[in-house]
Amino acid sequence: MAVERKEIGWTHNLEDALEEARSRLRHVLVDFTAAPM
Amino acid sequence: MYTDPAVIQFIDDHFVPVRVHVHDQADEFKRLGAKYNAQWTPTVLVIDSQGEERHRIEGFLPAAAFLAQLALGLGHSAFARSDFAEAERWFRQVVERYPDTDAAPEALYWAGVARYKATGDAASLHETAQQFQQRYQSTSWATKASVWN
Repeated sequence: MAVERKEIGWTHNLEDALEEARSRLRHVLVDFTAAPM
Repeated sequence: MYTDPAVIQFIDDHFVPVRVHVHDQADEFKRLGAKYNAQWTPTVLVIDSQGEERHRIEGFLPAAAFLAQLALGLGHSAFARSDFAEAERWFRQVVERYPDTDAAPEALYWAGVARYKATGDAASLHETAQQFQQRYQSTSWATKASVWN
């Protein structure tokens, strides 16, 4: 049976992320990157 | 570091992850880079839900060191909102789970401070200084804690 490989669910809008963080009691992780997307 | 299963799980458990690409999102990189003074990649920020930066990681780190920095950041965030018991839990977790990372001596220092702030008992500072005589002796954090002896 194949094992599902989990990946990070990146979003790209900080303001939306902050709103989600407030509602889910999370922090926001911002990654400024030059890596291929 | 973002392919490591432990890193993926930790981020999923504690963060809403936002990626800003220097080229593909040039305008957003410029806007947020100016707001948070991010001028190099990779720069990773731990931001609380009010938008305040609580911790910064610049440059690549292997998974264990990265996880230690993320936990350290959550500790600093709890400390900043005066939740000293929560802060101490995060700082102790860094020392216990990632004892060989650069974050560990910093976390040991702040664990002592967080306990002192929570209890008002200066013995926690003395105990921390004693622990620095057993480990991380050559770090700047040991030097900083030495005044508590």
